[in-house]
Amino acid sequence: MSKKSFRQAINEALRQEMQRDPRVILMGEDIAGGQGGSAGVVDAWGGVLGVTKGLYTEFGAERVFDTPISEASYIGAAVGAAATGLRPVAELMFVDFVGCCLDQIMNQAAKFRYMFGGKARTPLVIRAMYGAGFNAAAQHSQALYPLFTHIPGLKVVVPSSPYEAKGLLIEAIRDDDPVIFLENKVMYDDEEEVPDEPYSIPFGEANLTREGDDVTIVAFGRMVNFANEAADRLEKDGISCTVIDPRTTSPLDSATILECVEDTGRLVIVDESSPRCNMATDVAALVAEQAFDALKAPIRQVVPPHTPVPFATVLEKLYLPDAARIESAVRSVMAYKKAKQDA
Amino acid sequence: MQIAHDILLRSYRSMRTIRDFEERLHVEFATGEIPGFVHLYCGEEASAVGVCAHLSDTDTIASTHRGHGHCIAKGVGVEGMMAEIYGRKTGVCHGKGGSMHIADLSLGMLGANGIVGGGPPLICGAALSHKVLKDGGVAVAFYGDGASNEGTTLESLNLAMVWQLPAVFVCEDNGYGEATGASYACAGTQKARAAGFGMPYFDCDGTDFFAVHEAAGQAIAHARAGHGPVMLHVHLARWYGHFEGDAMTYRANGEVARERAERDCLQKFRTHVTETSLLDLSALDDIDTSVKDEIEAAVKAAKNAPLPEPADLQADVYVSY
Repeated sequence: MSKKSFRQAINEALRQEMQRDPRVILMGEDIAGGQGGSAGVVDAWGGVLGVTKGLYTEFGAERVFDTPISEASYIGAAVGAAATGLRPVAELMFVDFVGCCLDQIMNQAAKFRYMFGGKARTPLVIRAMYGAGFNAAAQHSQALYPLFTHIPGLKVVVPSSPYEAKGLLIEAIRDDDPVIFLENKVMYDDEEEVPDEPYSIPFGEANLTREGDDVTIVAFGRMVNFANEAADRLEKDGISCTVIDPRTTSPLDSATILECVEDTGRLVIVDESSPRCNMATDVAALVAEQAFDALKAPIRQVVPPHTPVPFATVLEKLYLPDAARIESAVRSVMAYKKAKQDA
Repeated sequence: MQIAHDILLRSYRSMRTIRDFEERLHVEFATGEIPGFVHLYCGEEASAVGVCAHLSDTDTIASTHRGHGHCIAKGVGVEGMMAEIYGRKTGVCHGKGGSMHIADLSLGMLGANGIVGGGPPLICGAALSHKVLKDGGVAVAFYGDGASNEGTTLESLNLAMVWQLPAVFVCEDNGYGEATGASYACAGTQKARAAGFGMPYFDCDGTDFFAVHEAAGQAIAHARAGHGPVMLHVHLARWYGHFEGDAMTYRANGEVARERAERDCLQKFRTHVTETSLLDLSALDDIDTSVKDEIEAAVKAAKNAPLPEPADLQADVYVSY
């Protein structure tokens, strides 16, 4: 056990799974980098933010494939390779680039097993960066996990910390279905204790990062950190919160969410994806339908506005949910009084 | 190239099976009993069969929306295919795929595909599997002149060259992408497109089994030997519309009749083997009779087969969930 960054945790998960299983291969744009360059150096980058650094050097050209900037062809190739015996981990760099290759994910990988009557396995992982907070503007900042969650046949992982990232990525690589694994680009330098040995965290089992009696907060990915921060501040004022990190949006651990809402009677959902048809609306619908009687206050969603992600720091800060906004949402549900209570 | 006797017989049988399968579907579709879309491969049989004659179960193909011929040529059974097209539980995909999604990965058949240009990227992946796993296999993408204009296809030609994959890109050029002529929709030539990627190019008359067999043999040998991907451009014609029900108002009167009269791959095969004394016509007639019975039995079985059950709706979305 030692302190590792989110970046190191992912690199270690990839390395350990590649050591364990020779069918695990990597492909992506500049995941090594430098091929064909005048310096004659391969592994020059190790990914645009250095996440795959060293893997080409360790595993060589038969396991680590730099691709042309050609998402439709190589994401499709990852799908085809997965259906024919390999276990590819393809890096899409920024998840926003899914616009260039959505067919390969949505119409091919996600559908094979069902369309082919249960006879196909497509053990594929697509890693991609998501999220605002990097001044990366509208085409490099989206949090598109609801888009993938919407598609039957895909599993979708949104890790919230280095420990979670390593265990969930190992699980993703060992899973026999296509998995979209989304890494918040702002978190790569976050550090925590991460075991050196391989371990896996099952999909569809939420993690409770705080346990309390008053309010349930469901948060996704990086938002879990903000929710924890808000919960810790509220604790000092005597408001105790349960914070749920669902870990995966598909499958979603509905049971844990419903149980916690039954206990607390109040729900705040924190989601940094665009607000229409996102995870906040999904969880709100779930609870409204299945735990209506438990609710002591309306469900509150802490989400960005229905706009593209802006560039300027001042606007991006306004855009993204933060701990203060979560805290305020929790206080508002605590203050809520039913107008016609026992009338 | 001398072709072994048994391969000739098997190839003829495969072409006849495709023809009869499709002609029967044309008739049955008109009755309204077959749900969904059906795209027929009639007239193009020599392409699928001439290419697949060089492949085994350890080689992979990806097909198109017009996929029945490729499936049969790769060895998928007609009974399971017919049941699938009728939406029956006994279908090769348990009635959950239909005409456009017939697949059998155990035979290296990576699926017909409802998306134009869907196959070429997948075939880059299958070729990568063959290369990494060192199983000696090649991967073949069948795609039409219409799909040749999809970015996925052009990107795949590039990727296959960059990675030097054992991939074969078979452009089945029937002159129409749906209702639009290739002369309108395809800029330049397929040959020049291959050359643009530095990819070896072969072409052949797709209504002549022997020409396809010869050209495909060279193309596949090149890829199998580890010399990188190739393009095989097959010139052929489709005898029916884009889909069943298409009145083909975009084709000149007599075009299809002329194709049927002058470029029927089965008739050409029969003439060739007789003139060269390769086979007895009686052997071919026997195959015709046997195939006729097989298709009849497949249709009868499909019509009598059980429908999928309610529980099938939610089965097989995931391996585990």
